[in-house]
Amino acid sequence: MAYPVNPILVLVDVTPAGAAAPSTAGLIGAAALLGSPVAVVAAPAGTAQAAVDAAAAAGAQVVLTADVDGGPVTVPVVDALQAAFRAVQPDAVLVSNSIAGRDVAGRLAVRERLALSVDAVGVSRDDQGVVAHHSVFGGAFLTDSAPTFGVPVITVRQGAIDARADAADARVEPLEVTASGAPAATGEPVEAVEATSSRPELRGAKVVVSGGRGLGSKESFALVEDLADVLGGAVGASRAAVDAGFIPYAHQVGQTGVSVSPQLYVAVGISGAIQHRAGMQTAKTIVAINKDPDSPIFDVADFGIVGDLFTVVPQLIEQLRARKA
Amino acid sequence: MRIFVLVKEVSDTYGDRKLDLVTGLADRGAGEVVLDEITERALEVALSHADAHPGTEVVALSMAPESATASIRRALAIGAGSAVHVVDGQLRGADLGVTAAVLAAAVRRGGPDLVITGNLSTDGSGGVLPAMLAEHLGFALASAMSSVTIGETEVAGSRVTDFGSQRVTVPLPAVVSITEALPDARFPNFKGIMAAKKKPLEVLSLADLGVDVDPAGVPQSILTAVSEKPPRAAGVKITDEGDAAGQLVEFLAQNRLV
Ligand SMILES: Cc1cc2nc3c(=O)[nH]c(=O)nc-3n(C[C@H](O)[C@H](O)[C@H](O)COP(=O)(O)OP(=O)(O)OC[C@H]3O[C@@H](n4cnc5c(N)ncnc54)[C@H](O)[C@@H]3O)c2cc1C
Ligand SMILES: Nc1ncnc2c1ncn2[C@@H]1O[C@H](COP(=O)(O)O)[C@@H](O)[C@H]1O
Repeated sequence: MAYPVNPILVLVDVTPAGAAAPSTAGLIGAAALLGSPVAVVAAPAGTAQAAVDAAAAAGAQVVLTADVDGGPVTVPVVDALQAAFRAVQPDAVLVSNSIAGRDVAGRLAVRERLALSVDAVGVSRDDQGVVAHHSVFGGAFLTDSAPTFGVPVITVRQGAIDARADAADARVEPLEVTASGAPAATGEPVEAVEATSSRPELRGAKVVVSGGRGLGSKESFALVEDLADVLGGAVGASRAAVDAGFIPYAHQVGQTGVSVSPQLYVAVGISGAIQHRAGMQTAKTIVAINKDPDSPIFDVADFGIVGDLFTVVPQLIEQLRARKA
Repeated sequence: MRIFVLVKEVSDTYGDRKLDLVTGLADRGAGEVVLDEITERALEVALSHADAHPGTEVVALSMAPESATASIRRALAIGAGSAVHVVDGQLRGADLGVTAAVLAAAVRRGGPDLVITGNLSTDGSGGVLPAMLAEHLGFALASAMSSVTIGETEVAGSRVTDFGSQRVTVPLPAVVSITEALPDARFPNFKGIMAAKKKPLEVLSLADLGVDVDPAGVPQSILTAVSEKPPRAAGVKITDEGDAAGQLVEFLAQNRLV
């Protein structure tokens, strides 16, 4: 069957429960800026109807489904995306810049000899084709990249795309996939590292409250969580807080963690090392609470409080609660 | 067993990192350069295995400009037995595709059982190279490993995924990428630094590897624009005298953030 004009292939990351990852709406939104989104959902047979529905609701015009073997890591998904690429002949391939997405994107680019652009925060078209926009060195530089020729594979930073597509009356179609038989790791089922929470996802959150080594202990880190809750925000952390075991790695903000650009970023007991700033300095408004007036975090803070977090944060929580009541 | 560890020199993140606004390339003159911390951790994984398994050969491999020799010597000083440095003028500004093809050719030439890399470079933040290498080499891939046990025929360990963690096993030959959950590298001691001067450091060109990077042959991703954003300016800074929380709430309210 024919595919829509200017098809843009989007790989949907699927959670172990068969849902579409939170990156899906942004990826399909980005694809809609370039052409007609065609989504690929590759998951073990009968497990991912929720992801198919979510891709359709997010604006995919066609959803291609592939039943893949759940044991081998990554390779069956690459095989499915490759089959989709050959069938659809898209203008671009968009993949989430997630752990799973990066592995798939790298392999597809090698297999199909395609130019690869990574960690895009935006996409557009010019008269030569598709362009990816990047924010590098912690947002200090903005760059554009494009392929010398051919179709680009682009990994898209999670939570970076605000554009959303309108829901379309999506056609759902099974893909025919030939297994490559490429050697692969074998994985056991994924175990959640922490209980699911009602807090917003760190990536894409409007408000992020992060805690650092200054919190001193895992117990005290609850102060950061309480402040996040009263502000309706997500919880982040410095690497020192993660290394000390206050909170799992998934919350690390910075160069080797998550990059966030919220409306409001509150840094509590964080010195503001350059590697931390690399992940948060594009926030609209930055607030810092630190007892050391010389902490570099104050160089980027719109509102800095030199003070003891154990005094200031409880007062802050109380006053914000009182305001809401 | 022969293990290749992929080490990379990067601009020191503690310093000022700059892009050249004309070429769009990292300006290596702007600050200090260091061996990327994550690649030192990758080296440590190989060395701690070698400590317990005599006969293990650990080779550091890097594709980098000529100026990176000191960083590669550092890998030798930390404990790699030998090193391979791919240098070629044509590699200036190489994109991920070219880098992967070149590193794959250098790995193939060495014929290791295992390739260990970092999961993400701190400069490019691509996080795609390990997968690209695996695809080129036809090796199995275990990415984002937060613990690694190297066996005779396979590597096992725990892998970070987007939704939790997972035990994986991967048959050799394999590419394994590791996360910063793994320990820091040992510090090079005086003996190591002296020994490094005598260890073999092979320098290879594209011709030695038989790799052609003709831009007309394979598409590449190129920078088409680069600009610098003005640095952020500091705003108000107050010292808490009992009313700082109140002032902050006021600030948030005025800015419609609460
Ligand atoms: C390659 C590389 C990658 C890295 N990646 C990251 C990354 O992704 N993310 C990241 O965060 N870091 C990263 N780092 C580490 C970074 O360099 C810093 O070590 C780290 O960010 C420090 O965390 P911190 O601010 O919590 O701790 P510290 O620097 O120890 O700061 C703690 C702060 O708490 C303050 N404090 C203490 N007690 C109180 C109190 N009672 N009230 C108020 N303030 C108090 C202190 O004044 C101090 O400023 C990386 C480093 C390297 C080399
Ligand atoms: N030029 C290079 N030379 C050697 N190893 C590299 C090079 N580029 C990337 N790597 C390896 O690949 C890992 C991931 O890199 P990247 O995909 O660039 O984020 C790094 O941590 C290194 O181990």
